[in-house]
Amino acid sequence: MTDTRFDPQASSDWATAEPEAPQPALGGSQPLVPAASIAGRALVTVIAIMTFLAALTAGAAQLVAEASSGWRSSVAREVTIQIRPSPGRDIEADLAKAAALAKAAPGVADIRVYTKAESERLLEPWLGTGLNFDELPVPRVVILRLEAGNRPDFAALRKALTETVRGATLDDHRIWIDRLGVMANTLVVLGIGVTILVLAATGLAVVFATSGAMSGNREIVEVLHFVGASDDYIAREFQRHFLQLGLKGGLIGGICAIVFFLGAGALSSSFVATPGGSQIEALFGTVALGIGGFVAIGAIVAVVAGVTAVVSRVTVRRTLREIG
Amino acid sequence: MVRFENVGLRYGMGPEVLRDISFSIEPQSFQFLTGPSGAGKTTLLRLILLSLRPTRGLINLFGHDVAGIEKDTLTALRRRMGVVFQDFRLLEHLTTYENVALPLRVQGREEASYRAEVVELLRWVGLGERMHVLPPVLSGGEKQRAAIARALIAQPQLLLADEPTGNVDPSLARRLLRLFVELNKTGTAIVIATHDIALMEQFDAARRLVLGEGRLYVYD
Ligand SMILES: Nc1ncnc2c1ncn2[C@@H]1O[C@H](COP(=O)(O)OP(=O)(O)OP(=O)(O)O)[C@@H](O)[C@H]1O
Ligand SMILES: [Mg+2]
Repeated sequence: MTDTRFDPQASSDWATAEPEAPQPALGGSQPLVPAASIAGRALVTVIAIMTFLAALTAGAAQLVAEASSGWRSSVAREVTIQIRPSPGRDIEADLAKAAALAKAAPGVADIRVYTKAESERLLEPWLGTGLNFDELPVPRVVILRLEAGNRPDFAALRKALTETVRGATLDDHRIWIDRLGVMANTLVVLGIGVTILVLAATGLAVVFATSGAMSGNREIVEVLHFVGASDDYIAREFQRHFLQLGLKGGLIGGICAIVFFLGAGALSSSFVATPGGSQIEALFGTVALGIGGFVAIGAIVAVVAGVTAVVSRVTVRRTLREIG
Repeated sequence: MVRFENVGLRYGMGPEVLRDISFSIEPQSFQFLTGPSGAGKTTLLRLILLSLRPTRGLINLFGHDVAGIEKDTLTALRRRMGVVFQDFRLLEHLTTYENVALPLRVQGREEASYRAEVVELLRWVGLGERMHVLPPVLSGGEKQRAAIARALIAQPQLLLADEPTGNVDPSLARRLLRLFVELNKTGTAIVIATHDIALMEQFDAARRLVLGEGRLYVYD
């Protein structure tokens, strides 16, 4: 075999007929796997929906966790003393005695005695307005604000109270805090579980889409083999294709979720101005997703793209082994 | 560079399409592979291309026994061969230019490094004006020339062409044949499968491999 390079110009039949016009720029980087296909668009849509659902679940879990920890810490920082009025009792004097006791206890930062009107107002949400409270023995309360990180000795305080003031009870809300904590943790675990399930379903969708695309593009794989492409090269081309689809779907889903949470946050803060809104906020906290939530959504998008890349890589390699 | 010894092939459970085929292809040789339609010309070319494995017999390519060949070796062997398919097999979503550049691209070469080469070859086969269009809008003859250009671009040591003049008029067929002869002079071994007798008569010096009833007859 000679080393002579094949020189087309040497004996050209056509070259003279061709005008030697300058060529327009050649964009030779068109992907080898057709970019736009019905299956590809369907996969992007599926991944976008999956990402949206996963991000929604993760964001909701994050909201619950934040709200419950906020609620718990503010509830835990307050303790109430309740005194029930009874006929012939000087309730104001008893209240003052209880308040003095509480104030003297270590760890109590501040106290506030609710007036009769204030105590009655506390019942309004349950009993409605316009009721004549004079006929009702509305319990009176003293609110104790605790110093941060220094819990008073509740047992001693409770004992001193019952000895000094008849029928006074001390409520440190322990049961509520614990129950709320359990409930919030359950919701968070549930949220994480659902997120993982959705990601797994995304992975499976990618498996089907990849093997579908591989058999749909079998002709292309064959031609690539014949022109001397290695399996590695072909696999890289398909992987790049699916990574792009995964990123696209993931970004669309993630952005939709972020828009959703921003919208919900804006809506809820416009609600806070109304009386009903402030109660909802007191119960659930704001619907505004914190930085952590957005980071979680970003992480989900990254995981979705990663899952797509890894799963399609495995599927592509397996299909190439089968063809070969 | 290619050696067949008592090769037999059947598709599935069907009859043997090729029986006891023995021949060899020498470097820089020029041969026509001929025989009636359905005789097994495409099948024989596919055996050389390693897209089919023989049901019996021995095939040796560039010194490698094809039985139990490694994937890496297979890729390396295919890079030493160029092929023009009977049905062209151009990738429909790539332009003529991209199709022709494919063998260089899959070797991992940068586009800038081969652009001039590809454009030159495209001009030479008369596709200079058509390099930016997709195959579906090419005429049969243009597709044929694009397929030939793709087979030539990487300067293979062995060129396999299946009916490369099947879709063109006699004068273009003559020019394409001249192209193959020219390529052969620079050292490429050539196998052209055809049943175009007029074409073969234009190049008497070529060897003829004639397939009939599953057997191969060689006329030097
Ligand atoms: N994939 C296949 N499965 C089963 N039989 C096949 C397959 N490909 C070809 N054949 C059969 O093998 C025989 C040889 O076919 P082949 O395509 O090699 O003929 P050919 O000489 O190229 O014909 P033509 O000149 O028409 O292209 C035919 O009888 C054909 O029906
Ligand atoms: Mg054929």
